[in-house]
Parts: sequence; structure tokens; C-alpha cells
Amino acid sequence: MAYPANLRYTKDHEWVRISGDIATFGISDYAQRELGDIVFVELPKVGAKIAVGQVFGSVESVKAVSEIYAPASGEVVEVNSPLRDAPEKINQDPHGAAWLIKVRLSSPAEINALMDAAAYEAYVAEKPEEASA
Amino acid sequence: MTGFGGWDMPVEYPALGGIIAEHMAVRTAAGLFDVSHMGNILLQPAGQHGGALAAVQYISMNDASQLAIGQAQYSALLYPEGTFVDDVLVHRTGEDEYLLVVNAGTHEKDLRWVRTNTAGFPCIVRDLSNSLAQLAIQGPRAAEVLQPLTDVDLGEVKSYWFTWGSVCGLPRVMIARTGYTGEDGFEIYVPSEASWPQTIWNRILESGKILGLLPCGLGARNTLRLEACMALYGHEISESINVWEARLERFCRMDKGDFIGRAALERARTAGVRRVLAGLEMLDRGIARDDYKICDQAGAQIGYVTSGSPAPFLKKNIALAYLPPEHSAIGQIVFVEVRGQRLRAQVVPTPFYKRPRQ
Repeated sequence: MAYPANLRYTKDHEWVRISGDIATFGISDYAQRELGDIVFVELPKVGAKIAVGQVFGSVESVKAVSEIYAPASGEVVEVNSPLRDAPEKINQDPHGAAWLIKVRLSSPAEINALMDAAAYEAYVAEKPEEASA
Repeated sequence: MTGFGGWDMPVEYPALGGIIAEHMAVRTAAGLFDVSHMGNILLQPAGQHGGALAAVQYISMNDASQLAIGQAQYSALLYPEGTFVDDVLVHRTGEDEYLLVVNAGTHEKDLRWVRTNTAGFPCIVRDLSNSLAQLAIQGPRAAEVLQPLTDVDLGEVKSYWFTWGSVCGLPRVMIARTGYTGEDGFEIYVPSEASWPQTIWNRILESGKILGLLPCGLGARNTLRLEACMALYGHEISESINVWEARLERFCRMDKGDFIGRAALERARTAGVRRVLAGLEMLDRGIARDDYKICDQAGAQIGYVTSGSPAPFLKKNIALAYLPPEHSAIGQIVFVEVRGQRLRAQVVPTPFYKRPRQ
């Protein structure tokens, strides 16, 4: 898979899209594939303050719970509420329509620590394939 | 793929649909499982006739003397405390011959247990596990999938009965109308020689494709058996849980004669159970999972979840749990601790799912 070049990525398989001081967070195609059918998503409320590296929500498949770690710090300004009743969108369009939250960044420089698409592709290529049947 | 009891097993087949698709295939059409990891222990008489039956009666809780040749029963091997070594399907395969099908994860332990505890009986214990592969075809269309591949008239094989016949040209294959999904279905026991198991697997997939058959992994195996309220060793049954707590009394024949665990069960029955297995349905938004704590209104822990998951067919989040008897009535509200939050769940009748009668 070619990961979108306009996104930045974390080791925990979250992605970030920057537009001025607003960042959009989501989970990557690798993450949704590893999870399988997503049946539940838990997201913070608008106004919540999140800190880089801390858990801000969770995504659940039939077999597993996966916590989502904040790629950067800031205040939640928008939440993708339709995902609540249609969590499978995360499997269908993880990098686009199934974004999770939008955040006003408090320390934009934190983004510099994230991987670009090429680095992320190399990173996931090294991972053992969990579900390859 | 994942490790399971020493075996490399598929959790799901993502290319063909994944857990939910596999689960729905079993409920509406058919699914094919490789369950070759199960253990197969054969008891035969040593000289004296009746030695095998006597041994089986002593080590298991159900009444094997009720079995005709070709009939099977759900049972369990118990510790002297009346708790579970393992659950087992006992098949009467001959005049005085019994095949015990046991779990993969407990196979070695079970074999040692059976050998040790039948030593006083004139019987021979043989471990057939490595020479038998096992495939399960489960679902309302299971018979349609299998019939073209066998000379056995599957309509003549009743639930919990078995027979032998040819499958894909291989003779003397045991075909049992048993399973672990709550659906109609068959489990076939294929000698693991040459490449018969693979050949038969592929032929079944081919035959069943047009009927909607999907290969299914451990993930769907778990969600299916949970909807049907079938116990999983290490969860609903274990060495610290007794027969009454697990609500498996209908498979325990206290009147059949002595067996390991009987005395303790008698005492436990008199003393009363302190906890009992109950079915839960989540009321608040969230999923109860294995080992999550269950609390009362005041926040005190009263029990725990043994198995919990979304139920793909029922489209609810369900769980089995141990609760004190006074908190186990149908309709009782309890609180499941889900990552720091206390979510409401309700005790519901079990099984959660019962297949429609044809």
C-alpha cells in the first residue's frame, strides 16, 4: 500500500493531516487491517484537552480493543460523530472519510517527530504479517 | 495466524471476509473449520470385556452406559473436588470402545489424567491425536455441502450420532453430527496420512462455494460458541469451577455410580453454590470482554466476565459471567467495568441464540 504523502505517521499507526494549526487524526490502513472488522469506536468530546502520547480514545474489533494514542497535543475542536453508528467506515476509508478528531495544536513542533509516508511504509513493511491466511 | 495450544491457527480469513462474514456464513449457510488440534483418546478393553466402559464411567460425569454404538454425549473429566479437568465428547465407537475428543490446550494433561486414573481398570488407552485430522462443517446447509462428497446418507445421522463412510473416496472416515456453533453440522475425522486432510479440505471448499460456504477461523469459532452458550475451557469451566456453578448439571449423572468428583459434588450440592454462570447483554454502549470485573450499584465487585464479545448474528454485545446467585436472576442489572467506566448490563435467558427448528 502506498500511504498518502500528505500525512504524517506514528509508530502506533495513527496519522496526522495538518491544515494551519488544525490537525486531523486518524488510524492507518495497517491498523484497520490488523484489527479486522471494527465494531465500536470511543472518541473524546469537543473541548477535551489531549496530550501527546496519551490515550485519547479506542477502537474495537470483534476480537480486540486498541487504544489510540495522541500524535500531538491540543484541544479537540471537532469529532467525527457519524463513526459512532458506522464504525466500519474506519475499515473502508481509514485515511479519508473515517478521520477521528480534529485538534487545535498547542505545540505544532511535535509533528516534526512523526514519520513521513516513505518512512512509515518501510516501518510497516518490517512488521510480521499477523493475518495472512 | 496465532498460536493456540501449541498449534498455528488462523484467527480469520480476511481475504474472504473476516470474522463477521465467517460467523454469518455459519448462521445462514455453512462454514468450514480445521479443528485438527483437538485431542483424540481411545479407550479399549484389555482382555476382559467391559473394562473400557467401567473406566469411562469412573473418569467422566455423564452416563456413558446410555450410549448405543454410534452415539455420542457431552461430558467432562472432573477432579476429586468436582471441578473440571476438561470437557469432552464421549463417542461409543464399538462394543466396549470409547473415543474421547478433548481440547487442544488440555490434551497432554487429559492424556496423563486418563492414563493415571484408568490404571486400575482392564483397559488400554491410546492417543490417536497425531493420526487424526478433524474438520467441522457447520451451518444450515452443512448437509448439502457434505452429501455430494460422501456415500453416507446424512439424513440418517441424527444429532449427536455418528457413523463411518467414505469421504472424497477415502473409506472408513468417521462422520459425527456434532459441533461447537449451535448450528446443525458435522465433524469428520480424517486419517492424517498422505495429504488426505488437505485434499478433503479443498474438495469441501469447492463443493460448498456455490452454497455460500466460507472457511472459518478461531475468531468466528469463539463468537459462534458464545452466542450458543457453549463452554470454553479456561473460561466457563476450569479446575477451580465446579459442575453446579457452571450450570452443567444436566450432563452430570450422580445416580450412575461412583465417579471422580462425585463425593465433592454431593457436598457442594448440599452446601449450595456461591456463584453461578449467567448470561449478560450490555445495556450501555460498550463491549464487556473476558476477565472484566462486574460490580453492584455501590461499586463493589461481585463477579467477573468469563467470555465477552460482540455477537455478530444477534447484533448485541453479550457476555457470560460468574455472579452470586442473588445477583443472577433474569432482568438483574449489574455493572461491568470497561476501562475505568461502569457500564450497565442485564442478566438475560440463555442460550442467547438457539437455531430455528426445521
